[in-house]
Amino acid sequence: MRAIVWARANLFNGIWNSILTLVVVVLIARGLWEVVQWGVIDAVWSAPDGRACRALSNDAGACWAFIGQWNRFILFGRYPYDAQWRPLLVVILFMVLVLASCDRRMWRAGLLAGMWIFGLAACFILMGGGVFGLAKVPTDLWNGLPLTLFLAVIGLAGAFPLAILLALGRRSQLPTIRALCVGYIELIRGVPLITVLFMASVMLPLFLPAGVTINNLVRAQAGLILFYAAYLAEVVRGGLQAIPTGQYEAADALGLGYWRKTSLIVLPQALAISIPPLVNTFIAAFKDTTLVTIVGLFDLLATAGNAITDPEWRGFYVEAYVFVAAIYFVFCFFMSRYSRNLERRLAR
Amino acid sequence: MNNASRVRLILLQALVLGAVVAFGAWLIHNTLTNLESRGIATGFAYLERQASFQIGETLIAFAPTDTYLRALMVGLLNTLEVAILGCVLATFLGVAIGIARLSSNWLVRTLAAVYVEAVRNVPLLLQLIVWWDVLRVSAPAPREAWLLMPGVFLSNRGLVFPLPSFTDGFHWDIPHLVGFNFAGGHTVTPEFAALLAGLVVYTAAFIAEIVRSGIAGVAKGQGEAAAALGLKPWLAMRLVILPQAKRIVIPPMIGEYLALTKNSSLAVAIGFPELMSITNTTLNQTGQAIEAITLMMVVYLGLSLATSGVLNWVNARAALQGR
Repeated sequence: MRAIVWARANLFNGIWNSILTLVVVVLIARGLWEVVQWGVIDAVWSAPDGRACRALSNDAGACWAFIGQWNRFILFGRYPYDAQWRPLLVVILFMVLVLASCDRRMWRAGLLAGMWIFGLAACFILMGGGVFGLAKVPTDLWNGLPLTLFLAVIGLAGAFPLAILLALGRRSQLPTIRALCVGYIELIRGVPLITVLFMASVMLPLFLPAGVTINNLVRAQAGLILFYAAYLAEVVRGGLQAIPTGQYEAADALGLGYWRKTSLIVLPQALAISIPPLVNTFIAAFKDTTLVTIVGLFDLLATAGNAITDPEWRGFYVEAYVFVAAIYFVFCFFMSRYSRNLERRLAR
Repeated sequence: MNNASRVRLILLQALVLGAVVAFGAWLIHNTLTNLESRGIATGFAYLERQASFQIGETLIAFAPTDTYLRALMVGLLNTLEVAILGCVLATFLGVAIGIARLSSNWLVRTLAAVYVEAVRNVPLLLQLIVWWDVLRVSAPAPREAWLLMPGVFLSNRGLVFPLPSFTDGFHWDIPHLVGFNFAGGHTVTPEFAALLAGLVVYTAAFIAEIVRSGIAGVAKGQGEAAAALGLKPWLAMRLVILPQAKRIVIPPMIGEYLALTKNSSLAVAIGFPELMSITNTTLNQTGQAIEAITLMMVVYLGLSLATSGVLNWVNARAALQGR
């Protein structure tokens, strides 16, 4: 009974809406049917190679056997096969750290910092090895999902302190410092990320003294940090602007100097306000890590792109990209839901 | 503020400025040393040299005998073309989806929400590559081209659509098969079509959210008053709600237009010859990375500043005049 009332109010209120509902139902049903037919009914779940897979599905269905065969490569790339439990553990560790940081009971600066420093150190040791009897693995074999997570997490963690300084500098009373910070932020925000990554990967080696070389991963990471910092700085500035003037005046009245006023009174409040928009910036940053593919790093997108060029399994691009897109979607959707929830709870 | 602390602040600024200048000088010194030891030429003289590469798609005439400077102009014009077309199309699609998000029909608003969530949470580069693969790998040869609309065909050679022609009276120049490819009409390459489709679909999801919150931001009484005046929902939307939502919506829309323009640089991954791709080819051929990248960044920065300048002027005119 309630379902009928609901349907009349939401689907069949008026003649036009009823027609619209019917048309949309037909379209959705047809679309869904095609997807189900392709992805489930006509799909092939195991096959020895690509040609057999095509033959089994009559070219009409998905070949999930491709994912069955290639998921380890797409997730971990060229990391030594027998040691792939290490990047798997790193991915799990990252997820535990992120989930733990989402809990408001954990929101104490010392606790969070300690947890992340300890966690990241463990991740580095697991990935790179060379101690505790773990075989050494060079960074060019750090591929796939762990690389994506490293780039995003270290990029944001590295950019954050820089962003706070830039945001404070932009609101500073000192004209020189303000001009420098405004110039940096607007310069970076005015150019595409890919140009910054190009600069980092091509120009950075030229900037360093002769004889000093840094590898591709560190260069791209540096580019991401410099880029994220400008965007995070604008979010933090938004938080700083939302602090009532009375807070500054009260801190002044207590006789606090600039740094103590900032670190004890202003920043804690400003950062708390900024958390929901910060999470939105994190989502954008996470998606943006895919651009490192263009400067030759082997992230999750690049491993998928590489898997579909295998001669025996050529051309299953839809399956590969659906798999990778699903991974990105889960991470981003979780973060955006979390940000929305947080916003609602902080507003209360 | 007393004199001692004022002097301290001036000293502090001088110190910071000095450190930045010293750091810059150190970088320049290192760069010059490195360039010299590697035998790389400096300066912008290369712009006058012959480019010697083909460009698949140009708005102005270009031959491999033309200069690098002209190649860059071709790239810039291609960037502008895709950016302007993309912003217009994304606005239409985004506004439509934003309105659909607030539809009284549950199915329509759920469908719109699914679109927004699915598109926003998947990286743009991945979407671009998939669009490109769809056109390259899955789209049929021209003989079996997909008919999208009467006269509009999609094949692995790109998108073909009719153009109005004014030679000997007005008529439509309708594409038709000649041998293995289409003749007549206007052809858009797969690279351009993929880039445009990817940018439009992606940006429209963000514009839809802006439009939705803009409409939601118009006071509820406005819609009720319009209904009380006897305006039909569609007219109320067009005459009362949207004009007011426009004011709320313009500033964040500026941000999306800028983002679309900058995102067009991802074309380098699928080989559409815009500014970034041309720069990439140029720096690979000449080795003059610093000049090429600096020039490109300056052009993008100029483009961003010009766009935001124009749109901020539009915004200032649209804003409610305070009394």
